[in-house]
Amino acid sequence: MARFVIRRLLQSAVVLLGVTLVVFLLLQLVPGDPVRVALGTRFDPQTYEALRARAGLDQPLAVQYFDYLRRALTGDLGVSFRSGRPVTAIVLERLPATLSLAVTAVVFALVVAVPLGIVSAIRSGSLVDHAARVFSQFGVSVPDFWMGIMGILLFSGVLGWLPPSGYVALTDDPGRWASHVALPAVTVGLVTASILTRFIRSSMLEVLSEDYVRTAEAKGLRTRVVVSRHVLRNALIPVVTVVAVQLASLLGGVIVIEVLFAWPGIGRLTYDAVAARDYPVLQGAVLLVAALFLLVNLLVDILYARLDPRITVR
Amino acid sequence: MKPVLAVEDLTVTIGTRRGPAHAVAGVDWAVQPGQTLALVGESGSGKSMSVLAATGLAPRTARVTGRVHLLDAELTGVTEERRRRLRGRHVGFVFQDPMTSLNPVLAVGRQVTEAAEEHLGLTRRAARSRAVELLDMVGIPSAGQRVDAYPHQFSGGMRQRVVIAMALACEPDLLIADEPTTALDVTTQAQIVDLIGDLQRRLGTAVVWITHDLGVVAGIADTVAVMYAGRILEQGPVDAVFGAPSHPYTGALLAARPDPTADGADLVTIAGAPPSPLELPAGCAFWPRCPVRGDARCAHELPPLVPVSAGHQVRTFYPQPSDGERR
Repeated sequence: MARFVIRRLLQSAVVLLGVTLVVFLLLQLVPGDPVRVALGTRFDPQTYEALRARAGLDQPLAVQYFDYLRRALTGDLGVSFRSGRPVTAIVLERLPATLSLAVTAVVFALVVAVPLGIVSAIRSGSLVDHAARVFSQFGVSVPDFWMGIMGILLFSGVLGWLPPSGYVALTDDPGRWASHVALPAVTVGLVTASILTRFIRSSMLEVLSEDYVRTAEAKGLRTRVVVSRHVLRNALIPVVTVVAVQLASLLGGVIVIEVLFAWPGIGRLTYDAVAARDYPVLQGAVLLVAALFLLVNLLVDILYARLDPRITVR
Repeated sequence: MKPVLAVEDLTVTIGTRRGPAHAVAGVDWAVQPGQTLALVGESGSGKSMSVLAATGLAPRTARVTGRVHLLDAELTGVTEERRRRLRGRHVGFVFQDPMTSLNPVLAVGRQVTEAAEEHLGLTRRAARSRAVELLDMVGIPSAGQRVDAYPHQFSGGMRQRVVIAMALACEPDLLIADEPTTALDVTTQAQIVDLIGDLQRRLGTAVVWITHDLGVVAGIADTVAVMYAGRILEQGPVDAVFGAPSHPYTGALLAARPDPTADGADLVTIAGAPPSPLELPAGCAFWPRCPVRGDARCAHELPPLVPVSAGHQVRTFYPQPSDGERR
């Protein structure tokens, strides 16, 4: 187990190295000069050259890249072109907002999708099943930003129950955090719930037709026991992967939703960094997202081995 | 003696997109305490379906009619809840493929005694020691350690032993063995046949053995019912049916058995294929393939099941004379 984790962490380091290289090279291809953008109307050739030299942009590409890597290893991801603050601090302070939104959205999605998927599979063809299918069709077809806007109009505009946007840290005021996170989390969570409902339903249906389910029925077990002990345990194993992929992509920041709800997360940060050509921040944000993605995948592999005795991690 | 399980005029009709499929078209059979009834026939002849329907395990789309008696209980028209309580407690099942009939994520010991926990109220602790006992009984070496192993850690033959232990967990009155050796390799097949026979003698369990292996039937069964297209064509004591097959189909089946002493001889087959359960013929279902090929009556009229000797019945207008008479 320990060896597995160490090996996977080393592999992750290699992947992260690749990510830095790709992002670095891509940014060279993007048109627009960050220093020029930063100077704006105050442009004059002398300041321009001085700033370029200070950011190391006058060096050859390879030198710039290895310089970046060397400092990244010590936790220094450079400074923001725009604010001059360290990038590491900027991306880390955005993490709690994104983390709390992503986790809340996934929890909401699970609370909706697990019961719905189960009932929908067991009573396949019933009214509940049809309703569940309409729901998941709706969830995957309707764009999330539109649902977000409708949510704001209804719950904060018409009913006045929830604030339309903004963020309060969970650690500052859990109550106000909850009222602020509700709308964006449900908006994002509905899409995830739709995907999960479908997946759980089909996974359950597949397991329901397995021979060992008939064996369980032949033993005269109650339906509840057959479903929970034999069907669910097997059906949910592949669902873990889907949940993890969803969680990982939400951790990457839901750009549109974070912008819509003025949610100061990684997605919003990425958006702002792109708009301002703040390359160090953009690089830092992408690196953090990639690291989170790798971490979630590692956790899933460990979880998999716990759930399925046929899989061992070595 | 009162039979353990008896079905009367059982029919199973399965709704399909192309119309109703008559999987079982009216069968009667009974298995006596401690005895073995063999249901033989080709794939799709309704042998498994008749047993599954009798015990409430038919697919949800199936419509079952007829009467079923299990011990003293009449199972016709009772709730599924009542049937569930009898299943596992009084009837144990061994299915065809041990590679798929065990839950891959549950330790085998747990699976073996689940039924006992449910029906006999065993605690988890008592169940565990009972599991070791049962695994030991079916010949699993070092059962005390293997009880916590998972199905994938067992070979096919060992898994089938686990399934047998599972079926016998509540010491049922009846064991349903649905082609229990078909998926196993030949050397293991004989061991499983012997094991079931041995346990049957020790526990006094009655067995319904579903198979298409006539060689096995001759060795273990007391009575045999030959099924074809959802009906019984011939049934009776195994010696009578195999010694003096009266139906042309039984004769053809016995003739089609491979003969290990006939070196290089071609295998005997029965030309043609069984009728589709979607459109059973009005007359004898075997008529189109029948070597006797009686007359128009065979094609249009269903022959009744008539006795030929004590307990030996046959469904044909042209019962075949036994070998003795023929000579």
